[in-house]
Amino acid sequence: MTDDIRSEILLHVNGRTHRLSVDNRRTLLDALREGMGHTGPKKGCDRGQCGACTVLLDGRRVVSCLTLAVAADGAEVTTVEGLADDGELRPLQQAFIQLDGFQCGYCTPGQLCSAIGMLAEHAAGWPSAVTADISPDGPAPELDAGEVRERMSGNLCRCGAYPSIVRAVLETASREEVTR
Amino acid sequence: MNAFPTSASADAERPAGHRTVTPSADPANPPMSAVGTARTRVEGPGKVTGSVRYAADEPMQDLAFGWVVTSTVTRGRIRDIDISAVEGMPGVLGVIDHRNAPRLNLEAGSFFGPDGGMHLLQNDEVPHSGRPIALVVAETMEQARSAAAALRVTYDEEPHDVNFSLEHPAARPATSFFGEDATVGDVDAELAASAVVVDERYRTPEEHGAAMEPHSATAWWEDERLQVIDSNQGPFLVAMTVATLFSLDPAQVRVRAPHVGGGFGSKSAGCGPQLVLAVMATTTLGRPVRVTLTRSQVFQTVSMRPATDQRVRIGADADGRLRAIDHASAFEVSELADYLENCTELSNTLYAASAIRTRRTAVPVDILPPYSVRGPGATPGSFALESAMDEVAERLRMDPLELRLRNEPTVGPVSGLPFSRRNLVACLREGARRFGWVTRDHRPRTRREGRLLVGTGMAATSFGAGALPSSASITAETDGTFTVAIGASDIGTGARTALSAVAAEALRVDPEQIRLLIADSDLGPAWSAGGSRGTTSWSWAITEAAAELRSQLGDATLPLTVSFDTTESLGELPPMERHSYSAVFSEVTVDPATGEVRVRRLLGMFAVGRVINPLLARSQLVGGMIMGLSMALHEEGVRDPATGRHVNADFAGYHIAAHADVPDIEADFVPDYEPGDPSGIKGVGEIGTVGTAAAIANAVWHATGLRQRTLPIRLDRVLEERVGAENSATRCDLR
Repeated sequence: MTDDIRSEILLHVNGRTHRLSVDNRRTLLDALREGMGHTGPKKGCDRGQCGACTVLLDGRRVVSCLTLAVAADGAEVTTVEGLADDGELRPLQQAFIQLDGFQCGYCTPGQLCSAIGMLAEHAAGWPSAVTADISPDGPAPELDAGEVRERMSGNLCRCGAYPSIVRAVLETASREEVTR
Repeated sequence: MNAFPTSASADAERPAGHRTVTPSADPANPPMSAVGTARTRVEGPGKVTGSVRYAADEPMQDLAFGWVVTSTVTRGRIRDIDISAVEGMPGVLGVIDHRNAPRLNLEAGSFFGPDGGMHLLQNDEVPHSGRPIALVVAETMEQARSAAAALRVTYDEEPHDVNFSLEHPAARPATSFFGEDATVGDVDAELAASAVVVDERYRTPEEHGAAMEPHSATAWWEDERLQVIDSNQGPFLVAMTVATLFSLDPAQVRVRAPHVGGGFGSKSAGCGPQLVLAVMATTTLGRPVRVTLTRSQVFQTVSMRPATDQRVRIGADADGRLRAIDHASAFEVSELADYLENCTELSNTLYAASAIRTRRTAVPVDILPPYSVRGPGATPGSFALESAMDEVAERLRMDPLELRLRNEPTVGPVSGLPFSRRNLVACLREGARRFGWVTRDHRPRTRREGRLLVGTGMAATSFGAGALPSSASITAETDGTFTVAIGASDIGTGARTALSAVAAEALRVDPEQIRLLIADSDLGPAWSAGGSRGTTSWSWAITEAAAELRSQLGDATLPLTVSFDTTESLGELPPMERHSYSAVFSEVTVDPATGEVRVRRLLGMFAVGRVINPLLARSQLVGGMIMGLSMALHEEGVRDPATGRHVNADFAGYHIAAHADVPDIEADFVPDYEPGDPSGIKGVGEIGTVGTAAAIANAVWHATGLRQRTLPIRLDRVLEERVGAENSATRCDLR
């Protein structure tokens, strides 16, 4: 096997453009962490089962461990490091601190990015598995605790900060949907 | 909500300002009490912006990556490891296996004795499936992984045995490291004289800590010192283990664990495989090497809670007074290392009974060495004892809460020692009041909502409290701040925040004037974040050092540093029954057509001594209860008897509770104080987990009338068409 299978790609991460030469086997997660020093996104399982690596890719939440870096060529990537606006924490980040929405903090970067992406999905009217009325012309689903829990279930937290995370999302949802 | 200001700065661990104060402020007028106040985590801003660094995040020049190769057979010998295909692969720097690995000191282990689980790559033997047998090191992760996949390993396979049970022929008495089995009174005579006797078997599977951060270690040599950044629960104890294992002078080893992504016991067993292999690799190759386990390797190579098989017999009079508790417990061990899963711990102390007998049995099978997982022993033991208590209440047609209240002991039922502060009754009564227990119809299968059956259940529990030797040093700086140094670790407990508050109270200053240094073995001997004894142990050392410093401050020239080691003070503590207590109440719904159990309500009342920070303490208790919920309904490490392998070694197969499984949870405190601790604290790390599984299993019985004596309460164990097919559930007498 040879190792000369590399590709040149462009990634726009948190507003900065990076030109990279990546091993074609490299995941977006490893490109961010090992290639660009963005160690905010975490590797909890490396197979899309825990959500700790969640980032926003062109505004949509993805598990960056199952996204090849070459497939993200040209994309806008937002990691947890890019959520705060010029050092000013977003309402969701502040709520995580105030309500203690984490303990060890390892899943937190993924929970935060996932919640931002989830709120955008909700604002766009997407239903979830617990949405009662999923008919195309049905009403936009009300974002209650059950909806948040269902939509956030791809992000595991072993410390068990779930109740505080759900509260933080619900308390800031309206403000986050505006600031997004 | 507290009014503590939140800074957007990631550098929140430093004092907020350099305000000058008089260090020896008037003790009669301390600043607003730091202890007992809800404060957000000092590292919170760093955690929500991704700037705090965990073990695999540290940038490092010239770093090489190691990929672990594990055995694919369960027992046998390595015939050959053919490295020819790997050596020429791009970026490969070396392969380390039993033929070229540094020799280790085989006496190295834990306090149970030598631990063969750490003695990696020392011979050709394969003692269990998933055993690390080689490390491939390369310039990049992808190259190391690709080369590891290309490594050809052949084995001479030998028969294995992973079939654990109480009756296993290899069963032997367990180590009496934590005290002998109990023999109080005549259990058989008391059982014979009892109005009702419950005699049942309870089983729990292998369960994993499954912290979100996979174990990672980075090791390098610098000026004749071994430098390590590792994910572990106690850097000092790990440094000592590394020194012993590699026959180094302890002063040569420095271990840091700056931020740790959860532990739950899985990062407490001496020295993890990631660290052993990283040290071997950097020593062999002369470069910094990082070894990070894959999630699957975490399941297969890092200690888990052993499976248990318990028989509980309880005899009671018609009025509910217990005559006898007989608790026999077996658990798995490995021949590589001794261990005690002390399942009978609560049977020694929770209830008064005329006779109490415990028997603990270890069964060696071909698995990796088990070790502590959150609430070791007490957690599976509580499931058995508290399920059996519920069965006693059922046979007596009595309120299970009342049964507990009738059997409050006045002294330790086995030890005869007084209780330092026993507050179980307060937890039971206040929990029952908030839960609305008084309206419960104690007959099973009486509540329905459409197709769902609804039930409630409860459990009482305790968890041992205490402190272990630690040292701290405090420096009074010239600018009025204090630097507090202690080899503690923060695995998510909030140690930085809690210890800053403890130090502030002891020094009579604001927490903002404390600069806390932790997570570094160079800071001196300290206990780890384990056994619910981290905060108690570290706080004790900080409190004593602060008192000493204050007595010396007077006209002293600053900076002034004092150190204190608690070993002697701890030895002066009179023996007593010292425990935290809790009562857990749950409400579940059961769909008998699908077997789905959902926890709808969960409430825990806790007596955990003085609470340093209610915000963070509540988070730990709620998190502990969620782990108990997860244990009750989801968690099961499945071992295939035919291959001996762990067959569900990832998060798709080994389920832990997710957002959708978890309702809003209430956890609160009853006033409590530990008189034997200088700060009055007991510890909150584990008790949340201990009683929860039984409270849920008892609620499932109440909903369905079917006992669940084997965890987890899987769909197939609840589905009514298949009752009795393969589990221990029995249809109860419907009244």
